[in-house]
Amino acid sequence: MNLRRMLAIWSARNLEFLRDRSTLVFNVVMPLALVVAFAVIFGGQPRSLFKIGVLAPPGAALDASLHPFLGTRYADFYAVDPAELVAAIRTVERHQSDLLIDLRAVPRYWVNADSPKGYLAEKLLLESASAVAKREPVTGAAVQYVDWLLPGILGMNMMFSCLFGVGYVVVRYRKSGFLRRLSATPVTAVEFGAAQILSRLMLTVSVSVLVYSALALLIPFRNNGSWFLLLVTAMLGAMCMISLSFMVAARFTSEELANGVINLVSWPMMLLSGVWYSLESAPRWLRIIAEIFPLTQMLEAARAIMLDGAGFADILPRLAALVAMTTAFLGIAGASFRWRPG
Amino acid sequence: MEPVIQVRDLVKQYPGVRAVDGVSFEIPEGICFGLLGPNGAGKTTTVEIMEGVTAPTSGSVLYRGEPLGARFRAEAGIQFQKTALQDFLTVRETLVMFRRLYSHGRDVDDVIRLCALEQLVGRDNRKLSGGQLQRLLLGIALVNDPQVLFLDEPTTGLDPQARHNFWDLIRAIKAEGRTVLLTTHYMEEAYFLCDVIAIMDRGKIIAEGPPSRLLKEHFDDVVLELPREEFGIDPATFPLPVMLAGDRVEISTADVELALRALLDRGIPVRHLQIRPRNLEDLFLELTGRELRT
Repeated sequence: MNLRRMLAIWSARNLEFLRDRSTLVFNVVMPLALVVAFAVIFGGQPRSLFKIGVLAPPGAALDASLHPFLGTRYADFYAVDPAELVAAIRTVERHQSDLLIDLRAVPRYWVNADSPKGYLAEKLLLESASAVAKREPVTGAAVQYVDWLLPGILGMNMMFSCLFGVGYVVVRYRKSGFLRRLSATPVTAVEFGAAQILSRLMLTVSVSVLVYSALALLIPFRNNGSWFLLLVTAMLGAMCMISLSFMVAARFTSEELANGVINLVSWPMMLLSGVWYSLESAPRWLRIIAEIFPLTQMLEAARAIMLDGAGFADILPRLAALVAMTTAFLGIAGASFRWRPG
Repeated sequence: MEPVIQVRDLVKQYPGVRAVDGVSFEIPEGICFGLLGPNGAGKTTTVEIMEGVTAPTSGSVLYRGEPLGARFRAEAGIQFQKTALQDFLTVRETLVMFRRLYSHGRDVDDVIRLCALEQLVGRDNRKLSGGQLQRLLLGIALVNDPQVLFLDEPTTGLDPQARHNFWDLIRAIKAEGRTVLLTTHYMEEAYFLCDVIAIMDRGKIIAEGPPSRLLKEHFDDVVLELPREEFGIDPATFPLPVMLAGDRVEISTADVELALRALLDRGIPVRHLQIRPRNLEDLFLELTGRELRT
């Protein structure tokens, strides 16, 4: 190898990188943002042994002053909105929470009799106070981590395929002049966009169906709902993320910048959309932010179908959100798309 | 007969530079029109506006009397100076893909035959040589059986064999009655292919007409060429204009006998003397100057 030539190319590449301000800024900001996000979400406390939902009187702090049990160390007490009581009980049924306590009036609690951690948490509760709390036993098989994770992994895979498979490629086409060549033909921007979107939609959903089928043969996992509804959810979710990617790629010429922006979109989705873990015990503001992500909508709908056997009406708000976001993304992409570098 | 293309008062202003400065010309049906000029003269910008891929600052381009639109895109074949194609597609797949973008056009096999691509139909686009890629790009420009064909420096970077092969293709296309717009840096190419040329410089057309007529208008002399080592005297002492051109000297004169006498009188051998008429390169340099353009 000729070291001199290698260094010449190396230094030229460094200059190119340093002079591309937007890419440079992005490369600095993104890791910072990720570290901060991790610190906010996971920082502060040691890992808890128990996860316990609490329905507290309005304005009450979740500490021992409200109930001695809340002073128990190494237990993660999280506030439950009374409006979400049914969903909170379902987490106990699924063993995702070890206990749910209602301290608004006469204390009562829900515990899953089949849950070993629930049993221990209940013992601690009963030891902590002389007052008797009313027991509300529930039953239900534990949701295995694979049941939870499978939609997340499939969804994440679809997300990367949709975002990079369209956005990055469109930018490369523009940069190489291929889009310019197409612009000299009768093809319209809408035709080009539709072709890209449909191609990726077909590929992504086909691959997901294939992976799902293969996993069904290899490992047991839960699907209590409709296959067809799951397919519709996957298609709407993929369509939404492809549209998002097309919007991002509508104007960019730099592949590196496009790559950075797609990463900026995909990483928060991967972290905050519940791919790996449930956000039920996360701060409320974080759960609200997570709702803006297409991946959140798709995963929530898919898990509702697979874990709870939800029907069309149950997930309609999620599907409507996906359709609304898709429409908005395509509208912006259509208005800002250009064939050639500016 | 109405011209196929009319260019009227075209202006393209970029920040700090007027790339095209009030250009007007017409291209009649069935001819090969050459647009020549040094680097940065505004040729490519003019052609891109004519192709409808760049918007002019002012002025207009009409195709068969109408503004560029769907009919133009359907009936025009375009070969850009540089075009990247999709990776992993073969030559045939690429032609078929482009052919499918048009409602009317040539049979792909016909295009393959015309552009001599038979041996390459299964080859990945990325594995084509420069000449092969140019033939494929020409094939793409022909798939819609265009009425007007735009060729922007189609032979730049090709070796002489590939260039001559390309010229034969263009002549065959021209023989079918197509109208061709060609930009090129090669004066020999323009002379060989073009019925009419326009020379651009600094955004303006500075000469336009059939090559032979332009040569007649600008020159009434011929060029005597001699090896420089045989000339042997200070060019300033020679009674006729002498120009040094590499290892040759060029003497421009309208009176060949006078020039020969002057050479013989000074004992300059004439056994390697060549007399040639003025060509387009002379005209190009005469009109645009000899300084290097960036």
